[in-house]
Amino acid sequence: MAVSTSLLILFVIVYFACTFYVARLGYKKNSQTDGYMLAGRRVHPAIMALSYGAAFISTSAIIGFGGVAASLGMGLLWLVFMNIFFGIFIAFVIFGPGTRRMGLNLGAITYPEFIGKRFQSRFIQAFSGLLVAVFMPLYAASVIIGAGRFLESTLGINYNFSLLIFTVIIAFYVIKGGLLSVMYVDAMQATLMLIGMTILLIYTYSKLGGVVEAHQALTNMANLVPQALVDQGHRGWTAMPAFNSPIWWTMISTIIMGVGIGVLAQPQLAVRFMTVKDDRSLRRAVAVGGPFLLMMAGVAYVVGALSNVYFYRTTGMISLQVVPDGNTDLIMPAFLNHAMPEMFVALFMLSLLSAAMSTAAAQFHTMGTAIGYDFYQQGLMKGQSTATTVRVTQFGIAFTILVSVILAYLLPVSIIARATAMFMGLCTAAFLPLYIGALFWKRTTKAGATASLVAGSISSLFWLVFIHAKEAVPLGICQAIFGKATLLAGTWSLVDPILVATPLSFLALIVVSLMTPQFSPEFLKKTYRRRFEDEEEDASESASHKATDSAGV
Amino acid sequence: MLGIDDPQIWLAYLACILSALGCMVYGALNWREGEEEQAVKSGTQKQVIQDQ
Repeated sequence: MAVSTSLLILFVIVYFACTFYVARLGYKKNSQTDGYMLAGRRVHPAIMALSYGAAFISTSAIIGFGGVAASLGMGLLWLVFMNIFFGIFIAFVIFGPGTRRMGLNLGAITYPEFIGKRFQSRFIQAFSGLLVAVFMPLYAASVIIGAGRFLESTLGINYNFSLLIFTVIIAFYVIKGGLLSVMYVDAMQATLMLIGMTILLIYTYSKLGGVVEAHQALTNMANLVPQALVDQGHRGWTAMPAFNSPIWWTMISTIIMGVGIGVLAQPQLAVRFMTVKDDRSLRRAVAVGGPFLLMMAGVAYVVGALSNVYFYRTTGMISLQVVPDGNTDLIMPAFLNHAMPEMFVALFMLSLLSAAMSTAAAQFHTMGTAIGYDFYQQGLMKGQSTATTVRVTQFGIAFTILVSVILAYLLPVSIIARATAMFMGLCTAAFLPLYIGALFWKRTTKAGATASLVAGSISSLFWLVFIHAKEAVPLGICQAIFGKATLLAGTWSLVDPILVATPLSFLALIVVSLMTPQFSPEFLKKTYRRRFEDEEEDASESASHKATDSAGV
Repeated sequence: MLGIDDPQIWLAYLACILSALGCMVYGALNWREGEEEQAVKSGTQKQVIQDQ
């Protein structure tokens, strides 16, 4: 059932009005640098968790991966588990507190500044800022193209116009309101996403006769898997692929990469740890973040896989056969339009628009602070610029939004499709080792961190451009210079850059750190210092433990 | 189990739900602890005021 355009347009107008209202709430509370850059460092745990989740989950995580689950089956649920465990629990409980406390001890207001000040290096700050500012626009371009296409297909308005509308609205509240507005709007959008996904889950299960019945029906369809997929190891949608088969490797590498790239080293996510007032807020936020990811990724994968049952019952075909050319990106939209009532389709479209907007807003803010504050004000001007931080950042955000839009118009689809993986791979190799070193290994030195950052980013970029076929072929740089698509052939051209560059980056961090003198004990003491409120928190914890113990006695 | 024959899949299905529930319980325990502390703090403050 197709949704009526007038209903959708009405929904979208109301939605944008709500967005402005909520953004204004954030803007009114927001007058100083800490407010603009870090949302005042007193954000409510639930808002932080929803904002983190909404920035994490983009439209492609729902539509793209839902489609992949329709093709490969429910084995992808391991990725959901890993995302909840690493992306929320480990991130919030292990990485979050150190990031927050150190950020405050060092007076850092962005992620590049956090690692720069931790290693007393303007170079690290400026280089990281530049890395984010140069490569994140690619990723942002892929998100805004997705949103533009989405508005075009659902509202029937011109693609260029929808891309422009989408960008201008986000630009307005990101530039004007800073991170607090972004996080407030994220929380509203995340709520909408939760409502949409909950209805989708309940509706799908009830339409297919219940939870167990729906799964059983899917299990019984194992004989319908196309022969081409069976040959590659597919054993049905409710079974893991055959061990060591090509599909098994695809699934395992997707899961490992998803965990590796999806979480710990992304600046736009890590910066959110610095927005809450204490460690306990981070632990509280786990209560919201975990279920949120389950309801986003978990529901998308289950519904994606179950779409096979629905299509088989209604059309006699599996999902891959329903969409043109077996394009998995079209499976979820096809399922929604066929199976769901009109009102729900309209609501769900808004959920998807929210997913795109919240991811794009987080990107714009992070890119803007990276180029305006970290690269220009702190790096190029060495902190001597007379302009205020907020003003410089606003220019930075406006500039990177413009670059992202230009890229969205200029770059070929084949490159844009790889942009997300490219950016995340680069982040992991460049930032993860020194981020771990910054938080957990006091022996890490300035030279070690610099070596890791440079080795990770250069080896990752080299592998992307010259070896890994998925990027090297569409980029065409290797072809232009050396006359062949990739420098190494065979299995090497299939190995993801993360698997090569991240170990190299870790190695550089450890070896160079061990060879160079470590930071002074005074500096380390200041950096790792627990603050008054932490001590108060610990004291109250131990007091409450004592109270519990004595109550037990 | 749950209409799914392969243990590798139903385990994943359950692991997702249990990990999300675990997150809720962990967060809720920290939430309550904080409120108790607040209550203790405000109680102490009141006591101090009364003593004065």
